[in-house]
Amino acid sequence: MSNYNYINMKKERRKNLIQLAAWTWSWVATLAIASFGPKFIWDDHTTLTVLAVAVNFANGILMIIANRSFFNNLDELARKIHVESLALTLGLAVVVGLSYSLLDATNLIPFDAEISNLVMFIGVAYIFVLTVNTRRYS
Amino acid sequence: MKNRLKVLRAENDYTQEDLAEFIGVSRQTINAIEKGKFDPSLPTAFRISKFFKLPIEDIFDYEEG
Repeated sequence: MSNYNYINMKKERRKNLIQLAAWTWSWVATLAIASFGPKFIWDDHTTLTVLAVAVNFANGILMIIANRSFFNNLDELARKIHVESLALTLGLAVVVGLSYSLLDATNLIPFDAEISNLVMFIGVAYIFVLTVNTRRYS
Repeated sequence: MKNRLKVLRAENDYTQEDLAEFIGVSRQTINAIEKGKFDPSLPTAFRISKFFKLPIEDIFDYEEG
């Protein structure tokens, strides 16, 4: 019985997931180095700071490429679930992000609107929406 | 879109995993198709048709609206 290389497909999906995880973790690590390095490691040496930011940026691009490969090899139901989740998360990020920025601009909140808060919100929102969508199709 | 996937699978004594392996999708996808929660892509519908050696219209029943 031909099974459309099911085993290979599973292996490929697993390989893509591991690659994505590796690039994501290395991106987080290079981001941490670029953020804290100037103050704690190389004493604000401009060349090293530029190098750290460039390495982090290049790593981020490779992470995006790995994410694309992972996405393109997903099972068709899984891809639909991820697309719906991404669409909702993108909408939430724009609406919440701009409202948050507006709160800061109009001084309705006593602190600055930090981009890191929005990134954390996007992460939590994506996990939540993905969980709800996965349950919907199970 | 309605389908006879569960009935055909039971008649032929196949598990969702058997069908998923042949089609090249996850077991969750087969489960969602059987429950009518997810409409398969055209290639997947053709592979299901080939698996059961039946025309697509004998497996899937498209209803407008």
